[in-house]
Amino acid sequence: MAEAQNIPVGSTTAGQIAVAAESTVATRMSAPPSFDVADFPVPHGREEEWRFTPLERLRGLHDGTAAATGDGLKVDVQAPEGVTVETVGRDDARLGKAGTPVDRVAAQAYSAFEKAGVITVPKETVLTEPIRIAVHGEGGTAFAHQVIELGAFAEAVVVIDHTGDAVLAANVDYILGDGAKLTVVSVQDWDDKAVHVAQHNALVGRDASFKSVVVTFGGDVVRLHPRVQYAGTGGEAELFGLYFTDAGQHQEHRLLVDHNTPHCKSNVVYKGALQGEGAHAVWIGDVLIEAKAEGTDTYEMNRNLVLTDGARVDSVPNLEIETGEIVGAGHASATGRFDDEQLFYLMARGIPAEEARRLVVRGFFAELVQQIGLDDIEERLLEKIDEELEASV
Amino acid sequence: MATLEIRDLHVTVEADNATKEILKGVDLTVKQGETHAIMGPNGSGKSTLAYSLAGHPKYTITGGTVLLDGEDVLEMSVDERARAGLFLAMQYPVEVPGVSVSNFLRTSATAIRGEAPKLRTWVKEVKEAMQRLNMDPSFAERNVNEGFSGGEKKRHEILQLELLKPKVAILDETDSGLDVDALRVVSEGVNRVRETGEVGTLLITHYTRILRYIKPDFVHVFSAGRIVESGGAELADKLENEGYEAYTKGGVSA
Repeated sequence: MAEAQNIPVGSTTAGQIAVAAESTVATRMSAPPSFDVADFPVPHGREEEWRFTPLERLRGLHDGTAAATGDGLKVDVQAPEGVTVETVGRDDARLGKAGTPVDRVAAQAYSAFEKAGVITVPKETVLTEPIRIAVHGEGGTAFAHQVIELGAFAEAVVVIDHTGDAVLAANVDYILGDGAKLTVVSVQDWDDKAVHVAQHNALVGRDASFKSVVVTFGGDVVRLHPRVQYAGTGGEAELFGLYFTDAGQHQEHRLLVDHNTPHCKSNVVYKGALQGEGAHAVWIGDVLIEAKAEGTDTYEMNRNLVLTDGARVDSVPNLEIETGEIVGAGHASATGRFDDEQLFYLMARGIPAEEARRLVVRGFFAELVQQIGLDDIEERLLEKIDEELEASV
Repeated sequence: MATLEIRDLHVTVEADNATKEILKGVDLTVKQGETHAIMGPNGSGKSTLAYSLAGHPKYTITGGTVLLDGEDVLEMSVDERARAGLFLAMQYPVEVPGVSVSNFLRTSATAIRGEAPKLRTWVKEVKEAMQRLNMDPSFAERNVNEGFSGGEKKRHEILQLELLKPKVAILDETDSGLDVDALRVVSEGVNRVRETGEVGTLLITHYTRILRYIKPDFVHVFSAGRIVESGGAELADKLENEGYEAYTKGGVSA
């Protein structure tokens, strides 16, 4: 797909590289980060961080009217031996160490949760089986906090599955000790009515590697905010995302990689397919290279494939560089569409229409899926993509 | 023996909120093993004929019949026509993002043949066909038509022709935009398929140049939406010397 070609009606592809003395990523937020919901005004929808989000569909998560309903959400954790799984109170010192809520819903989640989950992989423990967290909504409203901490040189894969129906606001902290390796796969496979707003904070230790794979298929509104900061030099972060936005769905992924430490790497690749009337995908990719972060190497990319009329993409990469002493920095965003001429071409070679669409979409995602590097996840994703396509035709 | 019969074909297209008739009664029979060249000036409707036969949704058939071995082609969807044995090598093949050539070819061959080709023999078959067309093996890993040069696109079309082995091949200005070397390679590919005697070829072209490489059995002059003169290969020589002027002035409105 050529850069910024074939942009369908109703999509915007904007991008900028700013060289600033002061961070515009920070200044264009309506309030500074805080754990207290009272520090954020109730958004009205025109704020930079809310302008793409349908506030009226957030079921009150943004204005204080959403109230937790006792048993609306079931969380089941399966962890291999050697891993500590705890449920702790609000005063536990390990909570909130990886990052601070940056918007009102994240602060609401932090202000309202009652119990938090803490999963700890001790130092030098290398897991051969993934930790699995099944989050199943049973129609309730919930505020949640989850911490996953890896000690120095520990290695783990965590798979978080979100299913069912829920209104959920959450913060998830990933803390990686020096030299640790963490892969987190977060699958949003919600029912059609679910609302899920979450901030993911990763704090990547010295020489540690963090890989985040965010997969969003379901929900009425899903708005995720994966953020990365580095606690030491030599850290690496890979943020992969895959979304399939159907008619009427709003799926928003806002990323921030804050290169606050020298000699760290980041690579962001998000790809989405959209189909149906009112399908809306939003991708905001903020990368900040602070003045002290010499030797930074970063790249971010967003690709969208629009399969039908009536879908809308807003894709905004934003790279902000405060030092010239870097290895590399780049970004790209492109939105293409699978159009009637492509369909005709494939059908003229004997390929039925449905199979033609499947071929194109699988092909579009294949490269990204291969980068995930986990066989059973790859297989599941491809199956899920096929399901999405079949459900739609 | 496979036969494509076009009878009194009328086709319209919607343009600028008006319906315009492009084909005004085309009659043509193409039999297996025969090569028909359709020549005509720009805007005479040659490409419309090609795309209408393949079933492009832009064109509306308002009259006439098209039969392939007695089967009603006009009732078939685009993919059904391809599976029935019609092949259109396009003048402007489109890019298909995310789909590699090798994946595309295999999916297509599976659809046309009705079963997936055996992987071992298939890989060999594709490799050899690509070699004959002077195509680098790395070509198979690129996305369909993405970033292809004009010559690469046409070779890729002929590669499909060789692999899919249709009953009737329609080549829509396959020669346009090719330099002499590429034209020769592409023509050799077409000739290999013709030499099997299994395919009827409808060669649509604006220029006589390609006919030096691909010798037609019949030449038809197309003007203002219909065939205005038919003859043997010698008709091409006449067009080479005299151009289309005689047809665009006199014959058209008559």
